[in-house]
Amino acid sequence: MTATTTAPHRPGGRVDFGRTVWVWRTGPLALRVDRRSVLVCAVLAAVTAVFGVLTLGSGSLPLTPAQVLSALFDPDADHRARLVVVNWRLPRLLFALVCGAALAISGAIFQSLTRNPLGSPDVIGFASGSYAGASVVMLLLGTADYLAVASGSLTGGAVTALLVYLLAYRGGLAPFRLIIVGIAVGAFLSSLTSMMLLSVSPQQAMLAATWGAGSLSGLGFAQLGPAAAVFAALLVCSGAVVRPLVHLEMGDDTAAALGVDAQRTRLLATVAGVALTALVTAAVGPIAFVALAAPQIAQRLTRSCTTLRIVPAALTGATLLVAADFVALRVDVPVGVVTVSVGGVYLAWLLARQYAGRRR
Amino acid sequence: MTALTTRPARTPVPARLEVIDASLGYARRTVCEHLDVTVPDGSFTVIIGPNACGKSTLLRALSRLLKPGTGRVVLDGRALDSYGTKEVARRLGLLPQTAQAPDGITVADLVARGRHPHQGLLRQWTEEDERAVADAMAATSVTDLSGRPVDELSGGQRQRVWVAMVLAQRTPLLLLDEPTTFLDIAHQIDLLELFADLHRTGHTLVAVLHDLNQAARYASHLIALREGRVVATGTPWEVVTADLVEEVFGLPCRVVPDPVTDTPMVVPLARPRSTR
Repeated sequence: MTATTTAPHRPGGRVDFGRTVWVWRTGPLALRVDRRSVLVCAVLAAVTAVFGVLTLGSGSLPLTPAQVLSALFDPDADHRARLVVVNWRLPRLLFALVCGAALAISGAIFQSLTRNPLGSPDVIGFASGSYAGASVVMLLLGTADYLAVASGSLTGGAVTALLVYLLAYRGGLAPFRLIIVGIAVGAFLSSLTSMMLLSVSPQQAMLAATWGAGSLSGLGFAQLGPAAAVFAALLVCSGAVVRPLVHLEMGDDTAAALGVDAQRTRLLATVAGVALTALVTAAVGPIAFVALAAPQIAQRLTRSCTTLRIVPAALTGATLLVAADFVALRVDVPVGVVTVSVGGVYLAWLLARQYAGRRR
Repeated sequence: MTALTTRPARTPVPARLEVIDASLGYARRTVCEHLDVTVPDGSFTVIIGPNACGKSTLLRALSRLLKPGTGRVVLDGRALDSYGTKEVARRLGLLPQTAQAPDGITVADLVARGRHPHQGLLRQWTEEDERAVADAMAATSVTDLSGRPVDELSGGQRQRVWVAMVLAQRTPLLLLDEPTTFLDIAHQIDLLELFADLHRTGHTLVAVLHDLNQAARYASHLIALREGRVVATGTPWEVVTADLVEEVFGLPCRVVPDPVTDTPMVVPLARPRSTR
């Protein structure tokens, strides 16, 4: 009857998680996944693939799904279709995948840190900060080079995060105070960006405003390379920080007792989350809603107790953004306009539900 | 007081965990100064004392949640802060007072989180993890609740689940901060009996307990604190005396042998406290 003797209730000492769990052990590897998560991920991947093929077929040269597939995988396919699909439209789709995934992971990290579904980077001002930082580089320094804009975007996001943390800090970080302060700081930064737009030439302002709506158009493999490399690096960092981060949801003392360095984990997670948002903002401008909704949708689909399941969250984000871009292509608006419209409704619903929850 | 003479004389045991000349406290308030505390190897050490005497502060220092301002804490002969965070968590488990279960988490998932110090990105769920979790749930009788959400459980069940999480950590040392608070008397005794079992099988335990009689019954080593100072340490019969209880708690009482276990039992006097 103690922890050191082996007297399990069930034969073989199996642990019943109340759901089907797949365990895979070989050599130094010992992995455990929920069957449900795997199935959800497979379905999300399939949905993304369908929207992806539809997106690749949309445009001034409409192509059927069969034509798209042959253009993608058959080197002997029609040269013109190959040029359009692979060289022109594919980078845009890959950008949607990467940005959707990056936003979702960033959202998952901040929602876990604040233990609140409202605590996503686009609500708590970090995305506005990235946008303001990128705008400074684009308008005042007059460069649109990806790495320059990304640095500006990262700096803007990091400074905003620091500012929000400092303003919200009062002997500790209460999640709700952080969110309120973040919304205020975000509003302030948006005004600042508008002010910048008004002070430059109309041509420059137009360019920045289109980008500021969040658009995937005009992106090629030249921009995809650095963005994808940065994303891959951040994916590894996030994967490493998520394991300790999830324990912080039980309170700092419990997490520390399990061997988690709370301050270090929180810092690393914040840096990774801000960097993921900055990466997207620098490439395609601010895109609302994905970071806010994707982790929540993924959590409900997988029936997980945390938003920090980054693989389902990332796939959900990718699916959402690819689907939104498909809609954007059809009605000919920037993808940010689509996500912000859907996101506005969702945010209103979320606020109403939280308010009701607080009054209860 | 015959029990005192029938007890075998204790030989000194090496320390497992030690606080050496430490001052402990928070930003604006020092709770303890020049504190020396020793947790003997293989003991069931219980810290007693009135409210705000520094019991929890001491436990926080022992479990490196609180860094001493001066002085040091030594675990198995080495300074506590020289260990890596996960390394400490493999030697020393802690049941904190303020643990929040994430919404909707199931019992098995929560208990499995106790394995974190043994796991890594590629070592997520070894045979040993599975055995430790199954054993911890069996020991605390929560195996049948395995797939249930923790928020649906009663207070007593929930506390057993938290204990299971700490047991799954498989540490030779266990620190328990008021583990029986909010439980009814039957659940309190259940849990204390479980700790006594762990003590018998070689674990070293340190607990903060409020109930003096329970402390005297289960502890092998008592530490009495008052206003941040150690007033007495030793076996229950050495520490729990009428004079000491009056000195530490300001409670006039008599101490008689417990009719069941022959450990000291505090019986408060009918007249309420004197003016001290």
